[in-house]
Amino acid sequence: MPSAALPYLPWRKPATESGPVYLGSRRLYILPTRAGLVFSLLLLGLLIGAINYGVSLIYFFTFWLAAIAVMGMLHTQRNLSGLLLQGCPTAPVFAGESACFKLRVANSSRRTRLSLGLRHGQGQGETRDLAAGGEVLLELPLPQAERGWKTPGRFAIYSEFPLGLFRCWSVLDLDWGVLVYPRPAADALPLPATEADDDAGVASGSEGTEFAGLRGYQPGDPPRRIAWKASARGGETLLTKQFASGVARRLYLSWWRTPERDPEGRLSRLTRWVLDAHACGLCYGLELPGRKLPPRVGETHLRQCLEALARYGQVR
Amino acid sequence: MARFGNAGLLLLSGPGRAGKEVGATFWLLGPMFLVLAPHAQRLPMWISLSWLVFALLCIVAAHTGRQPVGRRLKTLLVLAGVAGVLLQYGTVIGPSGGVALLAFLSGAKLLETNGARDRLGLLFIGCFLLVAQFLEGQSLFTAAYMTGAALALVAGMIATQRPAPPWRATFALAARLMAQALPLALLVFLLFPRLGGPLWHLPQPVAAHSGLSGRMSPGDISELILSDELAFRAEFEGPVPPASLRYWRGPVLWDYDGRTWHTDPALREDRLEATGLGRPLRYSLTLEPNQQRWLPLLGLPTQLPVLPGNPTRLGVDLEWQTGEPITQRLRYEIEAYAEYRLENRHGDGPPIPALRERALALPDGNPRSRGMARAWRGTAVNDVAIVTRALALFRTQAFFYTLTPPRLGAWAVDDFLFDSRRGFCEHYASAFVFLMRAAGVPARVVSGYQGGELNPLGNYFIVRGRDAHAWAEVWLDGQGWVRVDPTAAVAPARVESGVEAALPPGEHPGGEFAVAWLRPLHLGWDLVNNRWNLWVLGYNQERQHQFLAHLTPLMARWQGMAWALGLGATALLLVVGVAILPRKTRRDPASRECQRFCRALAHRGIVRGAAEAPEDYARRAAGGLPDLDREIHQITRLYLACRYGPGGEDDLRALRRAIAGLPPRHGRRNPTQQHRV
Repeated sequence: MPSAALPYLPWRKPATESGPVYLGSRRLYILPTRAGLVFSLLLLGLLIGAINYGVSLIYFFTFWLAAIAVMGMLHTQRNLSGLLLQGCPTAPVFAGESACFKLRVANSSRRTRLSLGLRHGQGQGETRDLAAGGEVLLELPLPQAERGWKTPGRFAIYSEFPLGLFRCWSVLDLDWGVLVYPRPAADALPLPATEADDDAGVASGSEGTEFAGLRGYQPGDPPRRIAWKASARGGETLLTKQFASGVARRLYLSWWRTPERDPEGRLSRLTRWVLDAHACGLCYGLELPGRKLPPRVGETHLRQCLEALARYGQVR
Repeated sequence: MARFGNAGLLLLSGPGRAGKEVGATFWLLGPMFLVLAPHAQRLPMWISLSWLVFALLCIVAAHTGRQPVGRRLKTLLVLAGVAGVLLQYGTVIGPSGGVALLAFLSGAKLLETNGARDRLGLLFIGCFLLVAQFLEGQSLFTAAYMTGAALALVAGMIATQRPAPPWRATFALAARLMAQALPLALLVFLLFPRLGGPLWHLPQPVAAHSGLSGRMSPGDISELILSDELAFRAEFEGPVPPASLRYWRGPVLWDYDGRTWHTDPALREDRLEATGLGRPLRYSLTLEPNQQRWLPLLGLPTQLPVLPGNPTRLGVDLEWQTGEPITQRLRYEIEAYAEYRLENRHGDGPPIPALRERALALPDGNPRSRGMARAWRGTAVNDVAIVTRALALFRTQAFFYTLTPPRLGAWAVDDFLFDSRRGFCEHYASAFVFLMRAAGVPARVVSGYQGGELNPLGNYFIVRGRDAHAWAEVWLDGQGWVRVDPTAAVAPARVESGVEAALPPGEHPGGEFAVAWLRPLHLGWDLVNNRWNLWVLGYNQERQHQFLAHLTPLMARWQGMAWALGLGATALLLVVGVAILPRKTRRDPASRECQRFCRALAHRGIVRGAAEAPEDYARRAAGGLPDLDREIHQITRLYLACRYGPGGEDDLRALRRAIAGLPPRHGRRNPTQQHRV
């Protein structure tokens, strides 16, 4: 189903909010869906039939169906009203992947809320149910094309329950975002030579390092990374262990030593190198114009390097 | 990569998906089946059968996940269906052809229904077919059944909105929706303005004729009596006239051909000469549609009610006739003199000669009867004496009242009077009028209904086919046309208590009434039906006007109705809205404290991001405000314990204290300390 952003009144532009958002009725919009419009046409046809044939029960059932639709409208509004929304941190992704924004929805009322969903101009999440007094995480997967700190902008939480004749929604602009790392270069070039030091063993067989790297890089990651993994043709724990126990080598991954010349190409290359080096358990540093991360090992260092690459050239 | 991910998800959810599809199929097929089942008795067999086959294929498709019918075959099937309906009905629109086509297409659509939107669309067709059923009948039973079908439809609509709807909750919600919608529907039903006639002319369905036909051949009335169908209901305002006056007048029969009584040619237009006696009584009458042009009339009306769209005329014989056959249930209120004097002359002049001749005309035959009448004429002093002699004959001789008389020969009157002596009202009325005419007393046969059963629950009379009756009128100088009921001479119980009381044991019309203890049940059921007819089915423009004007004169005008409709609907919506919309609930106390804390820190320049976890925020805040490091970590620990951990009241109190104990702010911090993740 194509996803379209849901509208709002232009003079009530949703402001960027932080912290929990309470969905009061003043924030909710409600309009008939396309099915609702079709249904109203059907009712009109039935009414004309009732008038023409003068059949009382056709009048009555037409009015009853209409009243059911109207009551359904109230139920739809009730389904969304009074929820408490809070954005959750979004796991960083690589450019080209889909970032999964998560919205924690709390229902402090004693009524179950059904079929809640998120919608955005670029995608929409699956609808979920929310038990009385419970909480649920609504997901909004949005494809990320570029590196950097990306904010999703306006999105809507909506529901069409129970009849699908009306859609109730609220447009929000939460103060959240996702860090998008540069897309790792597709081809695996060997790592640049280590700088100095006795153990001049350059990370050789680039194939092997790639295998290992993937495994070490993201333990227990969500399935959307599967594709990236698949591009590396499967990873094995064996290699990871081998290198993890091995001697760490010192290595500077430098902006100036990439074969690429354009900035984004360099960043892609560096990202690939950083991932490979981490996978091999190397001790590596990162050198960017104006920023230098000294050689280290470990998960935190990897994240710092990737963040530096993601934010390169950006104000914040 | 995203595409890859989706494919993976589909693969992962593969096995569960087929189950969901099967469930969704039943949520769709169930309501549609319920709606279509009553149509099936009128639909051609091939449509019903093909629908069932389509439904079966739909189930198969849901189970296997593959569509068994290809696109080309589907197109062919639809075309064949349209052609079939065209052949059968000659049209694909209107109440019969249109419904048949929709029924067929709703089956064909089952073959390519995937996704919530398709299912919802199909259920809309179901709504249409449900309502179309009322074109065929509007009985209480139909309404109850269709309410059930509507419940299933609404539940089906709800089910389209969820992947795996639970049975009970879905039906409960559907029932709640319908119950909440009912008052609003009733309000609109009462107040929505009714039109006097259709928007455009529609052909009326032709039904079998029933009731009095304007001809009386042997067996006609007994057929009516045995059919025992409802003729009309009558409700009196004030005192109820006794049975001896409850003659509901129908066609008056002038001419006899030796076998059949009829009026042919119709009487020429003449002015009705009649004067009412005593005080008029008022009653209302609800006539069942009978495709005839007679309206039953008790007494002499002071003024004729106007029937919308059907001009009526009161004939010279006090016959009330309509211009158009009665095809819909009809209700009228009337004021009439139960006793009256009916004449066929102008002023005090003699009766119109042509009429007198016609009232004396007889075919040849029946010599014995003629001889007897002539003998009476010779001895009698006046016409009244002859009438008395004839009635005495019926009373004193061995005449029997029965609905199963023996067959009569060519001279029916002679056979009846001298041989069989068994019969019911039509025999007695016919023989009596024959004798009168033979003796020179102008007479005619009047057919109609007599009596009726009082329903004490609703205080109205139920008049059925078995109350059909025939009696005589004779012309007496100075009195005009006088009603004489020879049947009453033979079986007085017929007039006083109805046909059942008059019949010999073992001979009962309408077996359903034979069981005495069921009678109150029947009467109660009839009352419900009567009210249903009156208030629901018969709620037309006139009745609406009457009812609303009775409530308040303001609503007699359309402005009043519009206001009442608008205000009433708003009020009902408000009531339901207030009842179901959640009020702003008290937030979890720990969250409230947390917000206070975040506000306090925000004032110090550290704003919590929307997506920031409490621990991260605490770390950041402690970094930015080193002097509050200890407090911040303590508060965070307490908050987490209260919100997510086993924290009890003590922790909450401690949290409150800790937040209240934060030292007041000293001046504004440098805003550059504000960090972001």
